[in-house]
Amino acid sequence: MARTRSGLSPRSGPLLVALVPLGFLAVFFVWPVVAIVRLGFGEGGVLAVLGSADTWQLVAFTVGQAAASTALAVLAGLPVAYLLARTSVPGRGLVRVVILVPFVLPTVVVGLAFRTLLPDGGVLAIVLANSFFNVAVVARTVAGLWSHLDGRAADAARSLGASPLRAFTSVTLPALAPALTSAAAVVFLFCATSFGVVLILGGSRYRTLETEIYLRTVELLDLSGAAALSLVQLVAVVAALSVGALARRRRESALRLRGRASVARRPRGALSWTVVGVALAVVTLLLVPVVVLVARSFDGGLAGYRALAGFGHEESLQVSGWEAAANSLRAATDATVLAVVLGTLASVVLVSLSRGRTRRGVVETMDTVLMLPLGVSAVTVGFGYLVTLDLLPGDLRTSPALVPLAQALVVTPLVIRMLLPVLRSIDTRLRQAAASLGASPWRVWREVDVPVAGRSLLTAVAFGYVVALGEFGATSFLARPDTATLPVAVARLLARPGELNNQMAYAACALLVAVTVAAVAMVESVGRSRVVEF
Amino acid sequence: MALTVSGLTVHYGTVAAVSDVDLAVADGEVLALLGPSGCGKSTLLRAVAGLEPASGRVCWDDVDLAGVPVHRRGFGLVFQDGQLFPHRDVVGNVEFGLRMRGEPRTDRVAELLELVGLTGYERRRVHELSGGEQQRVALARALAPRPRLLLLDEPLSALDRALREQLAMDLARVLETTGSTALVVTHDHDEAFTLADRVAVMRAGRIIQVGEPAEVWRRPVDEDTARFLGCGEVLSATVAGGVARCALGEVRLPWAADGRARLGLRPTALRPADEGVPGEVVHRVHRRDHVRLRVRVDGRLVDAVAGMGDAPPVGAEVRLAMDEDGVALLPA
Repeated sequence: MARTRSGLSPRSGPLLVALVPLGFLAVFFVWPVVAIVRLGFGEGGVLAVLGSADTWQLVAFTVGQAAASTALAVLAGLPVAYLLARTSVPGRGLVRVVILVPFVLPTVVVGLAFRTLLPDGGVLAIVLANSFFNVAVVARTVAGLWSHLDGRAADAARSLGASPLRAFTSVTLPALAPALTSAAAVVFLFCATSFGVVLILGGSRYRTLETEIYLRTVELLDLSGAAALSLVQLVAVVAALSVGALARRRRESALRLRGRASVARRPRGALSWTVVGVALAVVTLLLVPVVVLVARSFDGGLAGYRALAGFGHEESLQVSGWEAAANSLRAATDATVLAVVLGTLASVVLVSLSRGRTRRGVVETMDTVLMLPLGVSAVTVGFGYLVTLDLLPGDLRTSPALVPLAQALVVTPLVIRMLLPVLRSIDTRLRQAAASLGASPWRVWREVDVPVAGRSLLTAVAFGYVVALGEFGATSFLARPDTATLPVAVARLLARPGELNNQMAYAACALLVAVTVAAVAMVESVGRSRVVEF
Repeated sequence: MALTVSGLTVHYGTVAAVSDVDLAVADGEVLALLGPSGCGKSTLLRAVAGLEPASGRVCWDDVDLAGVPVHRRGFGLVFQDGQLFPHRDVVGNVEFGLRMRGEPRTDRVAELLELVGLTGYERRRVHELSGGEQQRVALARALAPRPRLLLLDEPLSALDRALREQLAMDLARVLETTGSTALVVTHDHDEAFTLADRVAVMRAGRIIQVGEPAEVWRRPVDEDTARFLGCGEVLSATVAGGVARCALGEVRLPWAADGRARLGLRPTALRPADEGVPGEVVHRVHRRDHVRLRVRVDGRLVDAVAGMGDAPPVGAEVRLAMDEDGVALLPA
């Protein structure tokens, strides 16, 4: 009996290619993190730290503020999701841009903006800032599912006597649950590991695990304490990621079951208009911090912008503002190139494996592992680099290459989340049609997958670029004073006294805002992308 | 024989979707694989295309295709829902197979668009096309590189009825004009009989019967096949001198051999007449071009049809006579 071979899925190819992103992950992520964990255990500080009441207070505050921020982001994001998915109100494209900007704004910029709005800072400012970042995640993830939800199920409920609200809570909301859970898990993760805003807004009074790790490492040199806290955080992160992965699995099957996308229409009825009103209010509120920050940057005329040519009040910086900007651009470019290559490879591997007959669990585990860097604190990673990388040849630890490597680690998961859904959405039969017309497996990729996913790749590049540009957690650890990036320079300026430093920081943040808005506008103009859908 | 399939089996886990199938398609012949959904007919087609790992042999002109991947088989494929390349226009889709072979293409594309009735559609985007137009483009795309064998997987099922009948006729014409050798998978016997030179009836992963459409229609090999082909009633009968007799009367079947047999009755097998078995109409509904009756005969309910003009009302006493066209003959 001969075996007829399919010829479409050579098994070993994808697994070999998988070694590249997985290898990168192993050297620049797993190793440093494991080293931190071992360091924590090695010095025997773990038990002491775990037993201390301070630690659990820290955990309670971290979880508490993350939960509050997540709840707020969900409450604010749902009406916006409705607006995006179910209505044809003019200006929806603008809404998509406006909510996306906060997500990619550098954390130092957001921290400074909220400090300007609420000079006393505190818990409220932290929670507001954290949810400000993540409204887009909720709105766009939920809208992604909602716009494909067959509205006839809710119509059926209405015809059976349910009020509009009842139809929503009993039919629509459960159907949206997978997207909602997935988004909430990711948002919780981002809020729990949020670094820049807590550092700027919390000062020394309000500390989370993330900022505490940083403080213990940098200021107290308490490595074992930092390692122990990293360990606690790691456990929490893996738990949240697993919840997210489970939800994503349900969401993808929900998407597969979808009917034809329902037609968006003008809102009808009091409930619908109320929701739209709330959504527009949310969008307006999202604009406030950004506008205030940019306005503030012109307070002293152009003084702040002129000061960028210098080094700040009493030489607060070792590089000029413009040099820091140039450092940022260089590092972000390298990081983006690296992340796009790695992310593309990983997506191709994941989609090839799931198209073949590889066990589903294997693919999902790999997917989750590749998402890990998104959740594990950038500070932990940066700290891990300091501990491990001098063992590598080429004195990497003091090399300027370290910053883009760390940034790439943060950006790669985002690239994967943007490419993978598009590649997965390509009907296998479309590829089979190409094969039956004579296209070899490679040719099928070139003729079908690449053109279909091409736009998403472009958006991934632009999006990855701004995220790298604004990365603060790991960069603040790794950039040396003479290779400081703009966000790092801003944080340093804010930590030093002097009105000139303040003006300079505002001007630098306004520049970062400008770059971010431009990139987001480009992402959106390329087409309706599925950016930030988790 | 151009295509020969022998001992083909496809497993999904422990379930055999296709088991031990033998099949042959001659050069220029159109064979329909007919069966209810889930019978394994599409899986068989996919195995022939090389898309499904299978055991057994698939040969073309006696050459085993075991090691030949999909893209080197030269078999055209048309799916139920077109699967046109969304990023290419009509020409881009039709010329795809020619490009893969590095052939010049303009004349051939125009020729095919004319064949499927879409001249002038060259630069249309595929998502602007109607379902029927998309299927025409898919057909043109599959035919463009002159495939050795055309594989059609429920090519008309996604269309509404009027369009389906029109396209079935067009498809039959195209297959004939191009002299294509083809394997068509369908669950619709009208479609199978319209398109195919021979029909293979499939059930539960096995081929039950192969024959010319009229032959399969008249002589299903067993009761399940008869019921799948529309016989609502199966009765035992005796045939003598070209006349079959059963509980509901007698009918002339000049082609039937003498002896014991069973008759499969489609609704059109019984019609109101002056003579025949007596019964009472208990239900009637209007169909497209006839009236369907439910008649109680001897305490049993049977289907019958009447013309639009002379259909008896509910409660009427009628006599039913048998009509040769609605009768199938089964082995005893």
